[in-house]
Amino acid sequence: MLKEFFSFRKYIIFTGVFIGISATVLQKLGNPPNMGICVACMERDIAGALGLHRAEVVQYIRPEIIGFVFGSLIAALVFKEFKARSGSAPLVRFVLGFLAMIGALVFLGCPWRALLRLAGGDGNAIFGLAGLVVGIWVGIFFIRSGYNLGRNQRTYPLVGWIMPLIMMGLFLLLLFRPQLPSGAVFFSSQGPGSQHAPLFIALLVAMVIGFLAQRTRFCTVAAVRDVILIKDTYLFTGVISLLLAALVSNLILKQFQPGFQNQPIAHANQWWNLGGMVLAGLAFTLAGGCPGRQLFLSGEGDADAAVFVLGMIVGAGFAHNFDTASSPKGPGLWGPASVIVGLIICLVIGFSMSDLRQKRKEA
Amino acid sequence: MEHKIDTRGLSCPLPVVAVRNKLLEMKKGILEVLVDTGTSKDNITRMATSAGWKVEIREESEEYLMVISK
Repeated sequence: MLKEFFSFRKYIIFTGVFIGISATVLQKLGNPPNMGICVACMERDIAGALGLHRAEVVQYIRPEIIGFVFGSLIAALVFKEFKARSGSAPLVRFVLGFLAMIGALVFLGCPWRALLRLAGGDGNAIFGLAGLVVGIWVGIFFIRSGYNLGRNQRTYPLVGWIMPLIMMGLFLLLLFRPQLPSGAVFFSSQGPGSQHAPLFIALLVAMVIGFLAQRTRFCTVAAVRDVILIKDTYLFTGVISLLLAALVSNLILKQFQPGFQNQPIAHANQWWNLGGMVLAGLAFTLAGGCPGRQLFLSGEGDADAAVFVLGMIVGAGFAHNFDTASSPKGPGLWGPASVIVGLIICLVIGFSMSDLRQKRKEA
Repeated sequence: MEHKIDTRGLSCPLPVVAVRNKLLEMKKGILEVLVDTGTSKDNITRMATSAGWKVEIREESEEYLMVISK
């Protein structure tokens, strides 16, 4: 029984363990604390590097994001799963990506970082993870009510290559660091944006993660969703493996500091730690996967997932320009309001793109 | 009677949810499912086999025809 459990799940467990260990090691090698890997934060740093926001402490082209797409692309090509596809409500997916980022930056982290924060001893992450589960649960309500963004279509191979090409462009900007009169490309000289592991190590580790995650379909949001929706614990095993591996690794590397106050790049306003992640969890669930999964999908030719990623990057620019992003002091001036508006928009999307609308009409 | 579901173009988790609902309704018989992503193929295989169904997969021009029976 136990043997069967592990043989079935060995690859997803390996993927979770690999992510957990490599994230904590990347932190040891220079990435920000409890942020060895954070898809939302790293996309936010890319938005900053491009000048989409001017928060000077969070500007860097993170090679991890590039590596995720490249790794997934390679796996998809090797295993003949690269399929260019698009056309499943891309604008809605853009909005969902935008709102997911707004929510994640109120909490200060994506689901991956929520797990890594907990593994680093940050108790505030418990509220973020609780919010994530609530958001996913609301999303499941819509899925059970027939929520559907419509079918995608097979399309020209080039469409599937656009996201990997965008990542190649970002990689060239990172490598050559051109300085334009405007100041772009922006690289932080202090704060989290200035903290990073060596470029090629980060890129290589992320490519391995991208490869493994494409093969195992690793997804932190589907992990919870599948347990509730279809009673399937496969992906959840991967997430628990990530958490435990990161915890053990942090203890070994002496990066474990339990507590709620003065945690790195975190705040202790629990209502908005929870609220931010309710919004993010709902937006991720309505879009079909966590931010990491969206990157992996975009690497295997899913242009709709790529649009979601672009929505997240633009959302990050908005979050810092419009003061909705939190800081270690607490939520931004417009953070709580943006979460409430974001939740209303997500509920409207869930309602209007499911059978609930039809049922209301009939009633 | 043979049942069919075409999940092509639907994003995750809609294919596995549609198949699961259909299998719960059928209880036994044969269900043919057309799938166009490896993820949905894996999800459906995992879900159906754990519920005691037999799954056969045929790959046809980058798509999969899954025959699920009990």
